[in-house]
Amino acid sequence: MMRNKHRLPPAVSAGSMADIAFLLLIFFMVVTAIVNDRGILVRLPPLSDAPVPPVAQRNLINIKINGDGALLFEQQPLAVDQLRERIKTYLLNPEQRADLPSSPTRAVVSLQNDRATPYAAYLGVYDQIQAAYRELWEVAAQQRFQKSYEQLAVAERRSIKRALPQVISEAEPTDYR
Amino acid sequence: MSKFTIRKPTATVSTASLPDIVFMLLFFFMVVTVFRDQQLLLRVDLPRASQVQKLRHRSLISEIYIGQPREAALGASPAIQINDAFIRLDQVQVAVRQLVTHTPEDQRGRRSTSLKVDQKVEMGIVGDVKTELRKAEQYQLHYVALPAY
Repeated sequence: MMRNKHRLPPAVSAGSMADIAFLLLIFFMVVTAIVNDRGILVRLPPLSDAPVPPVAQRNLINIKINGDGALLFEQQPLAVDQLRERIKTYLLNPEQRADLPSSPTRAVVSLQNDRATPYAAYLGVYDQIQAAYRELWEVAAQQRFQKSYEQLAVAERRSIKRALPQVISEAEPTDYR
Repeated sequence: MSKFTIRKPTATVSTASLPDIVFMLLFFFMVVTVFRDQQLLLRVDLPRASQVQKLRHRSLISEIYIGQPREAALGASPAIQINDAFIRLDQVQVAVRQLVTHTPEDQRGRRSTSLKVDQKVEMGIVGDVKTELRKAEQYQLHYVALPAY
C-alpha cells in the first residue's frame, strides 16, 4: 500500500498516436486524385423535326472544317489562328457592309465538320469561336460597367450576352468517304 | 561534490500537439479524396483549349470517354466507355438515361455530361454520341480539355 503513493498518475501513452495518424495520412495522400477537370461548355439543341427558321444569308457566318482539319471561312481558306479576329470583325461589322451580319444579335455562326475531322481540330475551332465572343463580351463589360467580364454579376452578364448572343449552329457533318 | 548528482532534465520539444496537426492534415485529405471508381479502358489524350471552365458538382456529371482501346487485341477503331465498360453506340442512350436515374429528380435539370475524347479521334463518332445524348435529353455538355499553355 505504501508503494502506491509514489506511482505516477495513470496515463495512456499517446506517443504512437502520431505514427498511426501519419500512416493514415500517407495512405490518403497517395490515394487522393485531386480532380480538376476543365472543359468547354456547350448546350446542345433538342432533337426536333420542326423546320429551322430561315436566317438571312448575310447573317450567317459559315465555317467548315474538312477531314484534314483545314478550315474554310465563308468559302475562303483560313488559318485557325486568324479565325478569332475574323469572327470579331464579322460580328461587329464596323464598316456596315451589306454582306456581313446586320447586327450581332442576328448573327449565327454555322459550323460544319466532316466525319473524318480530327477532334483536336474541331475543338480548336470551337475554342476560337468562343474566344471571339468572350473577347467581345470583355470589351462590352469594360465599356458599360468599367469592370472585367469575370467580375460582373449574373444580371450584368446576361445583359451583355443579350446584346452579343453566342449562337453557334452545328450542321450535320459531311461524309466524304 | 556529492556522490549523487541531480540529473538536469534535457531540453525537449514538446510533441504533444503533433498528433493534432497530423490529424488535421489527415482529415483534410480524407475529405478531399475522391476514390477513382472506374478504370480507364481507353487511351484518352485530351486536347488543349483556351476557353475552358471549371466543372462543378461532380455528382451531377456523367462521363463518357471516347478513344482507342488500350488493349491492342480490341482493335484500333475508337470505342466508347461509360462507367466501367465498353458501350456500343446504340447503347449510349440507355446508359446515359440510367446514370440520370441516380440523381434526385429535382436536380436532374442541372445534370451535365463531360465528354473526354482523345484528340486524334475522328468527329464522326463524337457527333453520333452527341446525337445519342440529344435523344437521351441530356443537352448540357462539356468537351473536357486541358488549359492552353
